[in-house]
Amino acid sequence: MAEAYRITAGFMPLLDSALLVAANEKGFAQAEGIDLQLVRETSWANIRDRLAVGHFQVAHLLAPMPIACNLGLTPLATPTIAPMALGLGGNAVTVSNTLWDAMSAEGAKPDLDPSQSGRALQAVVATRAAQSKPPLRFAVVHPHSGHNYELRYWLAACGIDPARDVEIVIVPPPLMPDALAAGTIDGLCVGEPWNTACALLGHGHIATVKAAIWRSSPEKVLGASAHWAEENPEALAGLLRAICRAAVWCGSSDHHRELAEILAGPAYLGWPAEWLMPALSGQLHVNAQASFSVEHFFIPFAKAATFPWKSHALWFYSQMVRWDQVAHTPGNVAIARETYRPDLYRAALKPLGIALPVANAKVEGALHTATPVGSAGPSLTLGPDGFFDGSLFDPDEIDSYIARQQRDR
Amino acid sequence: MKVHPVTLSILVIDENRIRASVIEAGLRDAGYDRLTVVHDVNGIARRIAELEPDVIVIDLGNPNRDMLENMFQLSRIVKRPIAMFVDQSDQASIEAAVDAGVSAYVVDGLKQERVKPILDMAISRFNAFSKMARELDEVRSELESRKVIDRAKGILMRTRGLSEADAYALLRKTAMNQNRKMSEIAESLITAAGLLAPEEE
Repeated sequence: MAEAYRITAGFMPLLDSALLVAANEKGFAQAEGIDLQLVRETSWANIRDRLAVGHFQVAHLLAPMPIACNLGLTPLATPTIAPMALGLGGNAVTVSNTLWDAMSAEGAKPDLDPSQSGRALQAVVATRAAQSKPPLRFAVVHPHSGHNYELRYWLAACGIDPARDVEIVIVPPPLMPDALAAGTIDGLCVGEPWNTACALLGHGHIATVKAAIWRSSPEKVLGASAHWAEENPEALAGLLRAICRAAVWCGSSDHHRELAEILAGPAYLGWPAEWLMPALSGQLHVNAQASFSVEHFFIPFAKAATFPWKSHALWFYSQMVRWDQVAHTPGNVAIARETYRPDLYRAALKPLGIALPVANAKVEGALHTATPVGSAGPSLTLGPDGFFDGSLFDPDEIDSYIARQQRDR
Repeated sequence: MKVHPVTLSILVIDENRIRASVIEAGLRDAGYDRLTVVHDVNGIARRIAELEPDVIVIDLGNPNRDMLENMFQLSRIVKRPIAMFVDQSDQASIEAAVDAGVSAYVVDGLKQERVKPILDMAISRFNAFSKMARELDEVRSELESRKVIDRAKGILMRTRGLSEADAYALLRKTAMNQNRKMSEIAESLITAAGLLAPEEE
């Protein structure tokens, strides 16, 4: 490689930083002529600030964050694009042992089924309200996170008003196990390894998973400073290819042990490899004693897992509107849609000869089973991609989707 | 120094007690006496509601920043919305703050000229603290290497019958010849001596 691009990327010590870490550790970035510097951060706010002042050119971001930035919902909002997703799934909802016992008495089973556990939770919430007990408190990591929106979606679809019937607070992931053990919170929706940590430490029980609430759904994206991306198209394209190769590597079960060991290192997550293996293998510890196998719990590469679907961006936007974070206007829809950049993804990855979706958006929930779809290059299989309650999100019908959700409140 | 007609109320959130007191001293010297310092974010919502601060200064290392930011945006708790910094067009200040590892949140409607001195003070105190911490680290590692060199000298004096001055000179010469630090040579020597004669350690 002739000239090295130096790219500094911020990341949070979470399992789905795996693609960035593998791009660095397994030489994929180097092979593209990129000197990739990974900088671990302590909060999403820090990552956003350091993107804004140019310390970072790219970062591991919560998938809704770049949209929130471009909509001006956060301080130091700087134009940010998402040219790639960093995998699908990877989150779960964990509840305290006390709450799980109450949910079990109402019919929840340790099979992670969102409908059944949601019905049980609704019964517990109703009983508590009738007894004038304080509302249950759930923690998520950030207001503009997949965790916040999927938790609220699950609760609302199960007849629980997330704004009235429960309290939702923000807690940094590493503090969640202690908060759950201390009873400061009754449940949480967080990425790995924190559900596994809560389960293995005996502090809680995994009630359901993101991969069941909304199958094939995005969690983190690669966020890039729009200004930097425009000035450095070759560097960005090289990075996207490196991360794509890293995603292929991470997706192979032969590499899961090695990946877990790398991520467990002090420069990355600094937590035991045993906490990281369940998310990679899909063999989740639902509590300290029992485990349950989840197909496609976290998908690094298969099913176009790194493709930045505009329908994903628009669904996140619809939930920002639903929970009063932003007003619904045609201008805002356009901002959300333009934040995700499948055009840059396709242009960068074309030389790799991998399967590339030909569409920029899809109807979320249309695929009930794994289905071959139109692609450029090798054949591509997508789905199932449905919401657990069977509803569809058609990005072309976003107005009526938003109106329906407002009416249902 | 007390030129502020009505001094702003300032809340400093910093888990590092020494740094917090360095900032506190700076702000008090500058005449800001409506000042509260908090080390622990437990119960912070209630404190903010009681204090109604005009400016909140927080260190960027605090993992609770996402929680705090979310709280600042919920006017239910803080009554008045709080924005980050005062004027986003002041890019130089923002960069200086992020470089220094500090952030400031300000209630809406405050004028930049009232807040800037506070932010500047926090930035300079954060930088001074980082410098102090770096120097302390250097002193610590200096002390550490001195201990290592003393042990290596002792080994040379015992095993080769050298005087203290000759043992030191030998270490120094070896380090110069190999273009390495004396403490590195001393460490290698201690390791080697440990391997050759475990009873020595």
